[in-house]
Amino acid sequence: MNSQDFDFVSQLLRKRAGIVLGADKMYLLESRLAPLARKEGLPSIDDLIQVVRSRRDERLITQLVDVMTTNETFFFRDKTPFEHLKEAVLPVLAQARKGQRIRIWCAACSTGQEPYSIAMMIDQQPALTGGVPVEIVATDISERCLERGRQGLFTQFEVQRGLPIQMLMHHFTQQDDHWRVSERIRSMVTFRKMNLMDPSYTLGKFDVIFCRNVLIYFDGPTKTEVMNRLAQSMNPGAFLMLGAAETVIGLTQAFEGAQDRRGLYKLSSKAVKAA
Amino acid sequence: MKRCLIVDDSRVVRKVARRIVEDLRFEADEAADGAQALEFCRKTMPDCILLDWNMPVMNGIDFLRALRREPGGERPTVVFCTTENDMSHIAEAMRSGANEYIMKPFDSEIIESKFNEVGLC
Repeated sequence: MNSQDFDFVSQLLRKRAGIVLGADKMYLLESRLAPLARKEGLPSIDDLIQVVRSRRDERLITQLVDVMTTNETFFFRDKTPFEHLKEAVLPVLAQARKGQRIRIWCAACSTGQEPYSIAMMIDQQPALTGGVPVEIVATDISERCLERGRQGLFTQFEVQRGLPIQMLMHHFTQQDDHWRVSERIRSMVTFRKMNLMDPSYTLGKFDVIFCRNVLIYFDGPTKTEVMNRLAQSMNPGAFLMLGAAETVIGLTQAFEGAQDRRGLYKLSSKAVKAA
Repeated sequence: MKRCLIVDDSRVVRKVARRIVEDLRFEADEAADGAQALEFCRKTMPDCILLDWNMPVMNGIDFLRALRREPGGERPTVVFCTTENDMSHIAEAMRSGANEYIMKPFDSEIIESKFNEVGLC
């Protein structure tokens, strides 16, 4: 791939999905675009890029963005955020919401392991929310991932990463070589296609937003833009959960750290006033 | 250093599993069937056992039941690691005193994840 093609694709990814692709990621681009070129019946990546450049085919551009997004996820990933949710977030919200439903948003949910982990946790411990109904909205830019999430069908490998065996027994049934999460848990999660870069999205206000390991792919200004937009989608007293390697420091004043819990932030009083 | 007994009739599986548990900072021992494993446990009770189901002489489930009746046999954390991947086998293993369950094929990520689940690492 020549440098002009690389620049074209990296600008496209930045514009469409906020993904910053350094020149050292040429190998990543090539390894992910080669299967797409084959699927499209094109002899090489160069031809694929040529077609994208000349035709501006939306379907192909969407697929290109899709294959370039990282969909790494697993059940109860990193554990700590789920402990925060259980110990410091849900009990506080249950009391504050006074019977009104708690809304949780998993932004960039990939194939659904994160929202289903939350749903299973709440289902098994209803006392956490004091009987307050919970709505979980899961969004992602990739329709392919969302479709898998909606199906709730996971491979044997996927159900063995982070999921305790007791939870597998309780919430899943076997379907040939796969495992399907129960209808009860699936009904707790709504999947919707959404691009965090799109300024016009409207999902209403949330009490908790999980946005983990997403911002790491964005540059500074995009991080700030996305975080400020997340803040606008939060109720007063709402919580934001970031990935272990992510922070709001130096990027926005819309959030403040919560109770010395790493990765957990509250909407700042400044942001509440501004709203 | 914690000790992990790997019980599997396949030498290859034992070798792969040994490498993984040693990377997780366990001292590894091996047994080729349930009877050998029981004999080992009677001398030295390990901290955890990675246990195959189908083996000659004594299978994994019979070993587990016998182990849990031994003095101190309630102590080791037992993680099944088997090709038996249906719900009835999983349920039987858990009823018989297993702490976790791995469906083969496995890799280092799965073993680490399962060991994490039961507080081994």
